[in-house]
Amino acid sequence: MKSIEELKAIRDKARAQMNIREENEDGNIRVVVGMATCGIAAGARPVLNAFVDEIAKRGLHNVFVAQTGCIGLCQFEPIVEVMVPGQEKVTYCKMTPEKAVRVVTDHIVNGQPVAEFTIGEATK
Amino acid sequence: MYRAHVLVCGGTGCTSSDSPKIIEALEKEIAAKGLQNEVQVVRTGCFGLCALGPIMIVYPEGCLYSEVKVEDVTETVEEHLLKGRIVKRLLYSETVKAADIKPLKETNFYKKQHRVALRNCGVIDPENIEEYIAMDGYQALAKCLTELTPEQVIQIVKDSGLRGRGGGGFPTGLKWSFTAKNEADQKYVVCNADEGDPGAFMDRSVLEGDPHCVVEAMAICGYATGASEGYIYVRAEYPIAVARLQKAIADAREYGLLGKNILGTGFDFDLFVRLGAGAFVCGEETALMTSIEGNRGEPRPRPPYPAVKGLFGKPTTENNVETFANVPQIILNGPAFFNSIGTETAKGTKVFALGGKITNTGLVEIPMGTTLREIVEDIGGGVPNGRKFKAAQIGGPSGGCIPAEYLDIPMDYDNLTSIGAMVGSGGLIIMDDSDCMVDIAKFFLNFTVDESCGKCTPCRVGTRRLLEILEKITSGNGTMEDLDTMEALCYYIKENSLCGLGQTAPNPVLSTYNRFRDEYIAHVKDKTCPAGVCKKLMKITIDPAVCKGCTACARVCPVGAISGSVKQAHVIDQSKCIKCGACVEKCRFGAISKK
Repeated sequence: MKSIEELKAIRDKARAQMNIREENEDGNIRVVVGMATCGIAAGARPVLNAFVDEIAKRGLHNVFVAQTGCIGLCQFEPIVEVMVPGQEKVTYCKMTPEKAVRVVTDHIVNGQPVAEFTIGEATK
Repeated sequence: MYRAHVLVCGGTGCTSSDSPKIIEALEKEIAAKGLQNEVQVVRTGCFGLCALGPIMIVYPEGCLYSEVKVEDVTETVEEHLLKGRIVKRLLYSETVKAADIKPLKETNFYKKQHRVALRNCGVIDPENIEEYIAMDGYQALAKCLTELTPEQVIQIVKDSGLRGRGGGGFPTGLKWSFTAKNEADQKYVVCNADEGDPGAFMDRSVLEGDPHCVVEAMAICGYATGASEGYIYVRAEYPIAVARLQKAIADAREYGLLGKNILGTGFDFDLFVRLGAGAFVCGEETALMTSIEGNRGEPRPRPPYPAVKGLFGKPTTENNVETFANVPQIILNGPAFFNSIGTETAKGTKVFALGGKITNTGLVEIPMGTTLREIVEDIGGGVPNGRKFKAAQIGGPSGGCIPAEYLDIPMDYDNLTSIGAMVGSGGLIIMDDSDCMVDIAKFFLNFTVDESCGKCTPCRVGTRRLLEILEKITSGNGTMEDLDTMEALCYYIKENSLCGLGQTAPNPVLSTYNRFRDEYIAHVKDKTCPAGVCKKLMKITIDPAVCKGCTACARVCPVGAISGSVKQAHVIDQSKCIKCGACVEKCRFGAISKK
């Protein structure tokens, strides 16, 4: 390394990998994926990974992906909840990796929940 | 990109309770479940909560699992990492809330702490230079080299009010300016990591948890004082710290952060590690430098001070590990960040190694001026087993004791000195009413007698004579004249010894004598040890009215000192009794007492 620019580049790259270790502060968006047996069987794992990859790709530092257990709606798994501070929780159901990418783009980045994937839409 | 990070403590404490095996089992189990690309396992430095080790933290939830065993790994991986269900039974009890977990920083242990020197310990992988860089590592060095002159760097350190954390408490900026103004063809920076006080382990934890911050601070000191080489003198008994330090130096060289022309600025600086063989006197700055030079570690008179004639006869700046660990933060955040913490005369924070009769044994970093009560009762979780706080020994064998009436004194250099104690290196040993103060003084003096290098007579012979008086007192043969001789000898040793070791060696005796004189007098006049510690003054007796003659005591006695027939009261032959207390514990009727 021969310059401060290089040092800063390493810092920014390494920091993106590490911000997960900061204690959850208010103001962070939480994406919670149902990962009980029913969720995993329905394909929650690729969905989870799709969220992680897409969030990393876009360098979103204030979004954390967490897992949770079964909320009792097994026929709708994989279920994903997106919690934006100050807004009502949005529950998406029957998720796929492709749908996950759209949730990141439309909901998390642009603030427009994807109505057609929500549990409200599916139970109509 | 990993969705979860599992941080396992790799400090000495948790390593000794098998954290390496936990890491191994975690990696195996994670691979078996096919999660190796989703979950990262990181070996960190000390989290501070050593009493509850081995410790593991899982992010993003921030769950702290305590006292983890290898057998718990499968369940943790399957439940938490695979299915996202927190393993409640392993959670640190203070973080358990009904529906959620309480963040660590809200627990009593962490709430009152303020981590500056330990900021990266337990947060980053100490063997990964990029994780240090991610936490603004080496930015302070870059700032010094490109934006600040050496004089400005020294001024910032002066303005911050940072004082030496190794025991002396000398203003760091002033020390740097002394070396800076001395012209020489070669100058040196030395880091004193020869942490020898019984009970102190903060320097070890910094080196184990965040070695790069010391490397960076030494380079900054080199720039400020005009030195191009530095030495870290570290005990060979700290194998984990030595290995991480050596890796840190090698990595810093590879990244061009040590060596020639650092960051293209033309500044050259390189570092070398020297291992100490464990002599306590080598923590004294002149003895330490003599040892680095390859000679027998013995102190020499000052002046000349190291800033004039130090290592290899050249101007040298020597600081303690914890002092250096504060420097990058001061440079990055400015002196106001640091001098806004603490008291009028003592700025910033201090790390204390909490040990003895305390619930949360471990490492705590608190703002200067925090009271001892807050450390003992809030952070430390109080004295266990329903016992009462009696005193705290601070500063190890050079320090003194703080009795219960001073629990509310704000801890800083001047306040502690005014009550006959000192901040010292920061070992804090808590004692309860079952500890004998004469015995404590004897323990520390035993240590200094062993560690006296022998160069000057007051220390070599004086401490030995002092120990003999204490032994006489604790064996019940002391006289009141002995107490006077003891006190006079203490002052003689303090005034006439060559270096800090001898000058401070009588402190534990003097401070316990001043604070707990009645205990000394009880040993001499009444021939009793009020705390029941000094074995030679103790007598174990069986109350014949209570004894049922069950023979349990006679069977457990290792030396056959108890006799008596079944259903008859037993007696102890005092000439055979070794006062082990086994019979006291065994008796179901409470008939045997120690006095």
